Amino acid sequence: MSHRELDDMLGKGWRKPAFVRNPLLRWGLGLGFVAYLIAAVLTIEVDWGRVYEGLDRGWAFILAFTSPDFLSRWSDIWSGLLESIVMTVAASVVGIAISIPIGLGAARNIAPLPVYVICRGIVAISRALQEIIVAILLVAIFGFGPLAGFLTLSFATIGFLSKLLAEDIEAMDKAQAEAIRASGARWMQWINYGVQPQVMPRLVGLSMYRIDINFRESAILGLVGAGGIGATLNTAFDRYEYDTAAAILILIIGIVMALEYLSGIIRARVQ
Amino acid sequence: MPVLERAGMQIWRRRTGRDSLIRWFGWLIGVAVFVYCWQIISASTTWFFVWDAPRIANDIWTRATPPRWEYITQLGRPIWDTLNIATLGTLIALCLAVPVAFLAARNTTPSALFIRPVALLIIVSTRSINSLIWALLLIAIIGPGVFAGVIAIAIRSIGFCAKLLYEAIEEIDSGQVEAITATGASRWQVMAYGIVPQVLPAFAGIAVFRWDINIRESTVLGLVGAGGIGLQLSASLNVLAWPQVSLILIVILVAVLISELVSAKVRGAII
Repeated sequence: MSHRELDDMLGKGWRKPAFVRNPLLRWGLGLGFVAYLIAAVLTIEVDWGRVYEGLDRGWAFILAFTSPDFLSRWSDIWSGLLESIVMTVAASVVGIAISIPIGLGAARNIAPLPVYVICRGIVAISRALQEIIVAILLVAIFGFGPLAGFLTLSFATIGFLSKLLAEDIEAMDKAQAEAIRASGARWMQWINYGVQPQVMPRLVGLSMYRIDINFRESAILGLVGAGGIGATLNTAFDRYEYDTAAAILILIIGIVMALEYLSGIIRARVQ
Repeated sequence: MPVLERAGMQIWRRRTGRDSLIRWFGWLIGVAVFVYCWQIISASTTWFFVWDAPRIANDIWTRATPPRWEYITQLGRPIWDTLNIATLGTLIALCLAVPVAFLAARNTTPSALFIRPVALLIIVSTRSINSLIWALLLIAIIGPGVFAGVIAIAIRSIGFCAKLLYEAIEEIDSGQVEAITATGASRWQVMAYGIVPQVLPAFAGIAVFRWDINIRESTVLGLVGAGGIGLQLSASLNVLAWPQVSLILIVILVAVLISELVSAKVRGAII
């Protein structure tokens, strides 16, 4: 190796390795993405005049947060909020109660194959349908009111909780469960003393998280007539009463924050 | 250990008397709350509709099948719009979430006293309000259309992405950062060579995960007028064109499944 070549190599600065190793794939992905972006941006029609006009209203809305109006529509807000909370509580209780047996059935190391397939099917259906679509169908079937919202949230809770519970059961320590079984426990005792203590902390944590999600979702179910604060919020927007809308949003954010704080405390105590 | 003494014998108990009394009381309150909630739901339900529900469900089912397959030719553009809403919304959200996450992470924030609480407030408030509500608000401000959907998805995703990202930043290995600092690197160089490479895989994972969720959410944004396939869904629902509704629901299901598959594949490749 000549002196010159060595110098060239030494002079070559170190460079960070690329995120995608294969250069062909890297450039292909990059180019394809840029092409898609251009196509996507070109097909979006934006009426900039309308947006410009709307900026005033946007500013008015932001200002409304500094002076939210809780009082003038308080009875509407209160009844909507109460309905949301009631739906959340009832749906969480029922959803968690149903999702425990389904979660047990959807864990491959506990359930026999036919039960496993059925339970996984229920989970897949519940997860694939969004809450709002389920709510539309249930409102069409059961009529307006919180019952449709309650059923929607229960259904969504089943898919969420059963899947995560089943995954936790599948990942549990086999030795403990086997030890209980070796002591001659019946099936119920086996679940109760071998499996449940292992998954309980996570089940409690997930349930708290789901209650939090259920409350947030209950805020939109009113848009399709399934009860809750969403209907009040929608009316407030439609009437351009931004101060009332701001009050409702502040209440929602406050309740969600309180729930998150509470679930943090409970999870810390359980684990 | 809680032990009960009876007739000179010691009997082991799981809990002390006080403990079990508190627990019993807790359960009592829980059941009472649930019953109360159920009564409120029951009071605002028209039970005649509920008893009639099987007939209605059957009726809707016969109207909705078979789906009107030829309608799919009109769904191309809405699907493209839906994809754009999800992708562009995710991109904008990521651009905004990165600085927020760095400001919120305990080890990178410039001021834990003033800036961190602001960043956390942004995260909580954007996360706790559903994208449908953001869409409602933006439609009132900048008018209906795809653009409102993009912005709604973007705002909603900031909190989610920033929360996951700042947790990833807080979990990085401080040894690498110290090593880069020891070479005399500036603040930005430490960022680029010490922190970013450690959180990049997490970042890519979060991006794809959120994109998958956003595809789901953008399919229903049209219900409030924010573009995408939900517009067709709400139009079909309004004219009670059930064969079209069932076709749209099938299309949405397929889109959700595909996006979940893509995100699972990409995350599998990254992690």
